[in-house]
Amino acid sequence: MDLCPSVKNILLLDSEGKRIAVKYYSDDWPTNSAKEAFEKAVFTKTQKTNARTEVEIAMFESNIVVYKFVQDLHFYVTGGEDENEVFLATVLQGFFDAVDILLRGNVDKKEALENLDLILLCIDGIVDGGIVLEGDANSIASKVASHSIDSGAPFSEQTISQALATAREHLTRSLLK
Amino acid sequence: MAQPLVKKDDDRDEEADYSPFLGIEKGAVLQEARVFHDPQLDARRCSQVITKLLYLLNQGETLTKIEATEVFFAVTKLFQSKDIGLRRMVYLMIKELSPSADEVIIVTSSLMKDMNSRTDLFRANAIRVLCRITDGTLLAQIERYLKQAIVDKNPVVASAALVSGIHLLQTNPEIVKRWSNEVQEAVQSRAALVQFHALALLHQIRQNDRLAVNKLVASLTKGTVRSPLAQCLLIRYISQVIKESSFNSQAGERPFYDYLEGCLRHKAEVVIFEAARAITELSNVTTRELTPAITVLQLFLSSSKPVLRFAALRTLNKVAMTHPMAVTNCNIDMESLISDQNRSIATLAITTLLKTGNESSVDRLMKQITNFMSDIADEFKIVVVEAIRSLCLKFPLKYRSLMNFLSNILREEGGFEYKKAIVDSIVILIRDIPDAKESGLLHLCEFIEDCEFTYLSTQILHFLGNEGPKTSDPSKYIRYIYNRVILENATVRASAVSTLAKFGAMVDSLKPRIFVLLRRCVFDNDDEVRDRATLYLNTLGDGSVAETEKDVKEFLFGSLDIPLTNMETSLKNYIQDPTEEPFDINSVPKEVKSQSLAEKKAPGKKPAASSTPAAAPTSAADAYERLLSSIPEFASFGKLFKSSIPVELTEAETEYSVNVVKHIYDSHVVFQYNCTNTIPEQLLENVTVIVDASDAEEFSEVGTKPLRSLPYDTPGQTFVAFEKPEGVPAVGKFSNVLRFTVKEVDPTTGEAEDDGVEDEYQLEDFEVVAADYILKVGVSNFKNAWESLGPDGERIDEYGLGPRESLAEAVSTVINLLGMQPCEGTEVVPSNSRSHTCLLSGIYIGNVKVLVRLSFGIDGAKEVAMKLAVRSENENVSEAIHEIVASG
Repeated sequence: MDLCPSVKNILLLDSEGKRIAVKYYSDDWPTNSAKEAFEKAVFTKTQKTNARTEVEIAMFESNIVVYKFVQDLHFYVTGGEDENEVFLATVLQGFFDAVDILLRGNVDKKEALENLDLILLCIDGIVDGGIVLEGDANSIASKVASHSIDSGAPFSEQTISQALATAREHLTRSLLK
Repeated sequence: MAQPLVKKDDDRDEEADYSPFLGIEKGAVLQEARVFHDPQLDARRCSQVITKLLYLLNQGETLTKIEATEVFFAVTKLFQSKDIGLRRMVYLMIKELSPSADEVIIVTSSLMKDMNSRTDLFRANAIRVLCRITDGTLLAQIERYLKQAIVDKNPVVASAALVSGIHLLQTNPEIVKRWSNEVQEAVQSRAALVQFHALALLHQIRQNDRLAVNKLVASLTKGTVRSPLAQCLLIRYISQVIKESSFNSQAGERPFYDYLEGCLRHKAEVVIFEAARAITELSNVTTRELTPAITVLQLFLSSSKPVLRFAALRTLNKVAMTHPMAVTNCNIDMESLISDQNRSIATLAITTLLKTGNESSVDRLMKQITNFMSDIADEFKIVVVEAIRSLCLKFPLKYRSLMNFLSNILREEGGFEYKKAIVDSIVILIRDIPDAKESGLLHLCEFIEDCEFTYLSTQILHFLGNEGPKTSDPSKYIRYIYNRVILENATVRASAVSTLAKFGAMVDSLKPRIFVLLRRCVFDNDDEVRDRATLYLNTLGDGSVAETEKDVKEFLFGSLDIPLTNMETSLKNYIQDPTEEPFDINSVPKEVKSQSLAEKKAPGKKPAASSTPAAAPTSAADAYERLLSSIPEFASFGKLFKSSIPVELTEAETEYSVNVVKHIYDSHVVFQYNCTNTIPEQLLENVTVIVDASDAEEFSEVGTKPLRSLPYDTPGQTFVAFEKPEGVPAVGKFSNVLRFTVKEVDPTTGEAEDDGVEDEYQLEDFEVVAADYILKVGVSNFKNAWESLGPDGERIDEYGLGPRESLAEAVSTVINLLGMQPCEGTEVVPSNSRSHTCLLSGIYIGNVKVLVRLSFGIDGAKEVAMKLAVRSENENVSEAIHEIVASG
């Protein structure tokens, strides 16, 4: 028996319930259509609720879903029936805050899609196979944002554009701190 | 000024539809992926293409095997670039592609290089990727690095290795278990999350070693736990340790309780809640232990965070099931949550209040609920209806207001499931609360006047037919019923005709009037309605005011004591062979079929075996009956009374797997040995079972039916028949030896050699017990059945069962001993209860109906006493049941 607090999926949908980025860690939804059906059910049941100030919570098919909406983005984290609700809310808050940092406060669909690589890396950095890897939003975001050149590589190997990118990232990081 | 304003609007319109992935197509992106092969890699461009690919996969697009391989090889080229951002996208892409074993080899060296890189982020991610895609052989190669990584001073690297270890433990436990020294060291890490991951892995490695887990938990409760997550984990381990230890230590202080209580004062809410929940879930928790946890949960109820309110309420709701008094302190807080914006919270609040409320608060509560019901979804309403039903059963005196509430919501809008829940509740209340009957029936009558669900209408009409005639003024229901004949569809009309007939049969004064109504129904335009009307007109007599005959009543009210599925198969069989003989209802088997029986029949049978269609019958009882009647030697034994569930006579995973099914006849028993040969190189022939019945004096062997051949993995049966005194539940012990001729089989050709060797194989003993002579047959209404049997054939006695583990254990022992069907869910013993009543029903050999009422009590020293009351049609049978218990 596995007692470790775990997450079954992380969903980021738009205001019509379409996927921005989703990641499943459980075999409960084996096919893409099962996943889509779950997303649709969750979206329709939650869309009318007001989850803009506080994280909200509901139960679906013996799963607990915590969610939060910002602009046209809907953030969800799902856990099993017996999971600690507060734990799931913490994961959601970490995800949400990290995205907020990565998108520099412009949390909306357009920005999210334009920075989809950051969002995907962010999800990858929060949970690995259902187990929380990192919960603190600042740590999550800083790992994602460290888009710099391998410090081991000599500068001579860098192209001009890479060097510019490095400079930009250094600037970003100093802004984030 | 106007110009830019307009332009801005245009922009916004475009923006609404704008997406960098608009019109994106798999084929085009795969084309774009060619940039991965460029000698001068453009990291930014490559990142974008990977993002596009990941976007497509995320949207549910799939790559064919060839496409995936192509992308994979292209992506491996990108290891040449030193760009961190690109590398991380490469890692993601490889994980997403989940390459096959031969592909993995291509990236292994690149990833291993990254695992030893000086960049922490590379090390951490390379470990995660490699562990995700690796198999056992490769794992042995990188094991050394992983062990190092676990104790790496960078927490990200250590966590990556530990979490990967947790995943790998599922597939390669023997390798991961070798890391326990390093993991142990990581538990002491100063980094909060490393400690959490190490703790999770260490516990999983040691979970089967209870002593080690105890030590781990004990040492951590004294040391420092650095992260809330690790603390939660520790609390879960503690609960498990407590659960397992409670068997050993009877009384005294519960171990670790103080620690759990201390966690209630932790600064992180997640820990506080975990501890509170753990305390409420302790087995046999006392009120004193509960109090601090309830206090904390009560504080959560007034939190501004919905998650906390929900979590606390859900836990309190569970506590209220076993300790309603402990939760009453929170009643005021919960009442204010009835108006919570979050409907899940509001529903939980209501249902918890319904559990904790006392008699005086019911009316006030109902008023609040009425306002609440109109704006929640059906699924929540059903929960509330069910809670109200149990409340009403708890406070029967309050039936008036609760019944009114139910009838009010019955009249409002709602879907089928919701309406069904209400109707079911009213029916249960009418059954259990005699005072509620008249008003309840009238509510139901009013409901069917305007009911859109045929199923519910027919259900109610049927119920009305049984209960209506017994009320003080049956005539007032006739109007409602006859209205159905005029207004409804054919199904409901037919059902209404039956209901009318029941009134006619039971209430003699109404009979002439019922006849007038039934005669009108003879002209209905539906066959079924006409047929029923004609049938009842003929069975009910001549329409004069006279006592209805007993068998007519039996026909109308008696329940069909045959499972409908059995009836269906028998009728189908009857139609298949045309015959002059009328269908005999007595030929339908009465045994309740169970699906699982058939599945259990051939254990050890490998799923690969596909050539055994005969071994998977749809229903065991049916299959047995068919099987046995096809054997001429057993045809003279008469009707099969009962077949037991298979009893295993061999250990699992032995050369030959054998189980036995005991078939009981009136004066015979037949043992059916189901044999499976699990050795591919052998063919068994002339398989018989030699039975030694010297410990079963009343039985004498009358015949055997050997199994001619038993090839590998194809189950076969051999039979042995015994004679026993007629109608007597003879018991005894039988020892068995499997005898056969074994022939070697050439596994390549599948041909057996000509010469065989005689051999024997010792099987385990089994017994024929009293329970084999009792059929599990349930009754729908135990109380009625009990009263109808009357006190004449009743035998009551008391028994001491000695010290038992728990009341539930004692109850299930007696149920198994008697082999009877528990009724009305009484086999479930609520935890902590000190007494319990269990109702059983069955058919004793000779087709004698038997009902049993068991009352159990347990005292402080776990001594269980039992009062056994048996009623049956034959007092000798009642005696026999006592005999079984006395000798068991």
